[in-house]
Parts: sequence; structure tokens; C-alpha cells
Amino acid sequence: MNLKETLVNSISEATSKVFSTMLGLEVQVAESALEKGIPEATDGLVSFIGLAGTWAGTGSLTCSKELGCRICSQMLMTETASIDEDVLDCVAEITNMVVGSVKTDLEAIVGPLGLSIPTVVFGRNFTTKSAGSTDWIVVRFRCEAEMMSVKMCLAPSEKISHVIPHSLGQTCAVDG
Amino acid sequence: MESDVLVVDDSAAIRKILNRVLRQTGMAIGTVHEAGDGQEALELLKAHKIDLVLTDINMPKMDGLQLLGAMKAAPQWNGIPVMMITTEGGETKVGEAVRLGAAGYVRKPFTADQIKEKLAGIIELALPI
Repeated sequence: MNLKETLVNSISEATSKVFSTMLGLEVQVAESALEKGIPEATDGLVSFIGLAGTWAGTGSLTCSKELGCRICSQMLMTETASIDEDVLDCVAEITNMVVGSVKTDLEAIVGPLGLSIPTVVFGRNFTTKSAGSTDWIVVRFRCEAEMMSVKMCLAPSEKISHVIPHSLGQTCAVDG
Repeated sequence: MESDVLVVDDSAAIRKILNRVLRQTGMAIGTVHEAGDGQEALELLKAHKIDLVLTDINMPKMDGLQLLGAMKAAPQWNGIPVMMITTEGGETKVGEAVRLGAAGYVRKPFTADQIKEKLAGIIELALPI
């Protein structure tokens, strides 16, 4: 199994387990792909976590405002209809759990890795850009009526790429 | 006799969940103090009598392993049981937590039952309830 297959399997299993355990929500894998270059502009929430070690990169979770609110409602057992600090915090923590689980799987292959503190961005008409040339492995999921994606780029440290949230519209960022 | 607990996690959502789970254990839980990092936790330890600490590992300013090390090095706190609740599943971090004297270790994502089960063992051994 190559690194891409390992990552796709690990992301799929981790996301499914985190959503069912912490949120009581089922997710289904819709597709997996290799993303090159800058993705199309999007709306909603994106949460990033950096990975560092002999290999380095970034993991992210992207979802709509509606799914972000649903995640928060399920996690905190409250009704949430708009983006607030709780929603940003819940999306950050779910991303932390997914990327943390994938990191543990990866450590068996690439050695110890460190995780950064998550950062969440909420906005409209924004895209993200990697400063390096590393491709992103993307797994898209269906969760109830919404779509979301978990992405990861990883390369030996000398090829490290830094992700820069590249805003085309208004955004709101907080450290999760 | 009620036991006061300190929950340490940079995620307010996780602190809320653990507070709720603690109240559901059926154990005699008094005040649940909350800290967002290890430094805040040390300040709360200085200000209050804490009977149990639940802590994340990856946090800004001072992480959970540094907090655990600081507690075990301080005679007034080294008897307080510390349970790690973290995404970290690698042998390095788990081994470090065990070496430093963690009383228990639960990986995120977690269920309420996993927390309750682990707590029951720790509290039975350590707390005055």
C-alpha cells in the first residue's frame, strides 16, 4: 500500500470514527482525489492543523456553515443556528481528533510527528494556497444532506509546504 | 465528601463535555475548575484544593506533559491523580505520560462510558469518596 492509499484509508476510518463517537453522525465516503494547484473558492469553514517531524505538512477539514452548526449542536447537545465561538471551537476540535488519529497511523511509517494547535477560518468566497508544490490528498464525505472534505498534504521536511489561508472575501479566524 | 476536579484543555467544547460526563458518573463531584493550558492549570492548583486532574496534551503555553511533570515534581501536588485525555496515541507520548506518573490515559475520540470506566478505577484508588 502506498502513502496515498494509506492516507485515504486512514482519513476515511478516522473521520467515520470521530463523527460517530463524538457526534452520533454517520459519514459516507463520496470520493477521494489528488488535488493539484489552488482549489476553487468556497464558502463556509476550514480548519487547519500543521504536522511537523521528519515529514511535515497540513491536515484540514472543510465544511459548510450548516454542517458546522450541526457539528456543534451534536457535540454540545445544544441548538446552534449561526456561527459563533462554540461552532469554531467544535470544528477545530473535531479536526484535531481526525488529524490526530491519522497522525498516529502515519507515525508507524514516517516516524514521530508533532501536531500544531488548530486554526479555523469562517468566511465567504475564499480559497487556500500551499506555498510549496505538494499535492493534497482529498477525501470527500457525505454527512446527512451536506458535503465536507478532509485534506492532507505531507512531504519529507525539506519539501515542507506552508498553508496560507488566502482570502478573497471576508473571513473570521480564531485559534481553536 | 465531594471531590473537586480540574479539567485542562484548550478546547472549551471538550471542557464542557468532560464537565457534563463528570456530573453523570454518579460520583460525588464538587466544583469542576477549567483551564485552557498548563499555566492556567498551575494557577488554579495554587488557588484551590484539587482532588483530580483531567488534561489534554497538546496545548499552547504549557502542554499536558509539562503540567504533569510540574505536578509530580511538587510535593503538594504529586499525590493528585492525573488522567490524560488526548488525540496523541503514539508510543512516545503515551510512554512519556506513563513515565511521568499519569494515572490513566484515554484517547480522543472518546465515549462517556470510556471516561467513566477509567475514572472509576482512578477515583476508587485515590479519592476520599
